[in-house]
Amino acid sequence: MQSQATYNYKVVRQFAVMTVIWGIVGMLVGVIIAAQLVWPELNYVEWLSFGRLRPLHTNAVIFAFGGCALFATSYYSVQRTNHTPLFAPGLAAFTFWGWQLVILLAALSLPLGFTQGKEYAELEWPIDILITVVWVSYAVVFFGTLMKRKTPHIYVSNWFFGGFILTVALLHLVNSAAIPVFASGMLTPKSYSAYAGVQDAMVQWWYGHNAVGFFLTAGFLGMMYYFVPKQAGRPVYSYRLSVVHFWALIFTYMWAGPHHLHYTALPDWTQSLGMIFSLILLAPSWGGMINGVMTMSGAWHKLRDDPILKFMITSLSFYGMSTFEGPMMAIKTVNALSHYTDWTVGHVHSGALGWVAMISIGSIYYLVPRLFGKTEMHSTKLINVHFWLATLGTVLYIAALWISGVMQGLMWRATNVDGTLTYSFVESVKSSYPFWTIRVVGGVLFLTGMLIMAYNMFMTMAGGRVVNDAPVLQPAHAH
Amino acid sequence: MDFNNTSDFVSGFWNMYVVVLSLVSVVGCGVFLLIQDKAKTNAGNTTGHVWDEDLQEYSNPLPNWWRWMFYITVVFSMVYLALYPGMGNYAGSFGWTMRGQYDAEMKKAEELYAPKFNQFLQMDVAAVAANPEAKEMGQRLFQTYCAQCHGSDAGGASSFPSLKDSDWLWGGTPEKIKETITGGRTGIMTPKGTKPDMDGEQVKDVVHYVRSLSGLSADSIRSQRGKDLYPQACAACHGPEGKGNPDAGYPNLTDKVWLYSSREDSMIETVTKGRQNQMPPFGEFLGPAKVHLLTAYVWGLGGAKGEAQPAAAAAPAGMSGMEGMPADKK
Repeated sequence: MQSQATYNYKVVRQFAVMTVIWGIVGMLVGVIIAAQLVWPELNYVEWLSFGRLRPLHTNAVIFAFGGCALFATSYYSVQRTNHTPLFAPGLAAFTFWGWQLVILLAALSLPLGFTQGKEYAELEWPIDILITVVWVSYAVVFFGTLMKRKTPHIYVSNWFFGGFILTVALLHLVNSAAIPVFASGMLTPKSYSAYAGVQDAMVQWWYGHNAVGFFLTAGFLGMMYYFVPKQAGRPVYSYRLSVVHFWALIFTYMWAGPHHLHYTALPDWTQSLGMIFSLILLAPSWGGMINGVMTMSGAWHKLRDDPILKFMITSLSFYGMSTFEGPMMAIKTVNALSHYTDWTVGHVHSGALGWVAMISIGSIYYLVPRLFGKTEMHSTKLINVHFWLATLGTVLYIAALWISGVMQGLMWRATNVDGTLTYSFVESVKSSYPFWTIRVVGGVLFLTGMLIMAYNMFMTMAGGRVVNDAPVLQPAHAH
Repeated sequence: MDFNNTSDFVSGFWNMYVVVLSLVSVVGCGVFLLIQDKAKTNAGNTTGHVWDEDLQEYSNPLPNWWRWMFYITVVFSMVYLALYPGMGNYAGSFGWTMRGQYDAEMKKAEELYAPKFNQFLQMDVAAVAANPEAKEMGQRLFQTYCAQCHGSDAGGASSFPSLKDSDWLWGGTPEKIKETITGGRTGIMTPKGTKPDMDGEQVKDVVHYVRSLSGLSADSIRSQRGKDLYPQACAACHGPEGKGNPDAGYPNLTDKVWLYSSREDSMIETVTKGRQNQMPPFGEFLGPAKVHLLTAYVWGLGGAKGEAQPAAAAAPAGMSGMEGMPADKK
């Protein structure tokens, strides 16, 4: 039986194009705030000051760039691995426009100073409600497609995407619970958290760390499990490993949040549990890296002339590195040095630039020609240039912040013979300037790569056609 | 309050809940790995499923080194939970607490460093100020606790007083400086002083009169009108001649020192909206020995100049500030 149905590429295309555009916007804001640290006089007006732009940067890169990349790749792979068109195409279209509206509202409200003051959850309650509606629609489309599947087994990428969608819904609902402020009989966009004191901090970091664990890890592992074997043309290394590391990952991530609150008012027992589960998390995290990297065995020669594969394998290396670094930083004695320093910021960026951005970039390069009726991108050479700019930018960024982070930690704890502090705080700030300057350079390199990607994408689009007729394939049987 | 018991459980139930849940979870990770490890694999072959044309999975076993790394973290965690607090109210066999570590480190530091600070406690402030070692220690303390507001060079900034000049809002004698550091200070100027019904023009007139007191450029007609408003609006605090009162922190308006800018618009803002300023108390936090060293250091910066000489320091506390101070002013 030959099905006449076609895959829904429209919504995938929309999200894929916006991934690149929001990537440029989010990273540009990142470069601006990095520059503001080096040249404070760049804080011209309050709306564009560091304090307002910093949450805009994080929201833009995580939820706009990363979010669009996840929507695009999950919508693409869930249809293809389940051999059925997207469930509820109208709702899928709504998730696109709804998500873009969320991003626009964030881009307006954050510079204007509307914030809940919770990291990665700054958006005020009206936007939170819109996020909830969009996210539930996303879940309906995704799981609806999964239920219509024509295959007896569910492919591994779908487990990760599914886990990510469900958990992010839970995290968002619990952490964003807040009471809106009524002022002079009017409902205002301002709200206060439903939790207080250390419980509020714990809920926030339960959310914050799982935002990393599920939005930035499980979701992107789903992406990895589809696009790496596709691009490498090789089977996934181990089914058993994917089962073990999937369940272990989603279970242990839930416990790791307290390591953000070491040596605070959080009870000792909570801190200890956060630390040990962060350590247990090392193996489940590395399971994903191993499965991705080992998928390459037998196809290593392809790295020579396939820059898309280079992006993917490099992203897995950075993933492995930052998921080793994370558990180490969760050890209390290490954390005593690293906490509140640039080391944390560097760690986040080795994950964000090295892992999240690179796997997304690789996947979007895979998608764009297929969505626009081409066999490859307009220029493979430019993908290669992009790859080296991105890698060099990431390395400069994280190396600079490792040095400044460790330096800050050591300067803050150094004491004189009489027990007084050797350095005043401002001396540590002054010593950080050279490294912050290198960070700006790294960021500019990474951003330049994204601009090249946008050019390459638009040239591919200009020379291609909009593909809306990709036929739904019949499930095949093993050879 | 027992700071070493910070588990915060409101009932025994939550203690058990945490104990059971964390144990089951850690052990569960190991058991899960053990069960999965026993599952059948078929190295080098695929599972037989195919998705989207060519997506397949090998049925390879778990990598050995990875499996052992996983087991080691689970075992480490169980050992950690036996030694350190983690399972509810169970303190761990080491009896370690965050608070306990802090107290122990502070105690050690106290034993090590307190004598170094205490040796100056019996000395007169002037003598401490003259002692090079004390000066160095005072400077380090200043850089740690004072520089954030008063600047690394003690030169101050807008709304943060300079400590280098001979002008003192609350008196520059050692006693007064020590009082300031120990108890902190709160300075309040009410909006439009004591004449809240002043309109914008009148505020401007008063500002021009005040400017004329210290020789700043002023419109003579406004200044004349302001002079008539001054007794009602300002004199209660700043005195009939504008010389202020360091006992209450009322600034002298006749000198060239301005806590906020001496620009006309800044002065208009000060009179219109009032000002509120605060220095936090450090006495309890730093203890008498460090406060003493800081007093000497700060006094040595600026207090030693002008009239607040050691002679004044010898006067009974509380009296010394009032003497000398008015004479300090031009």
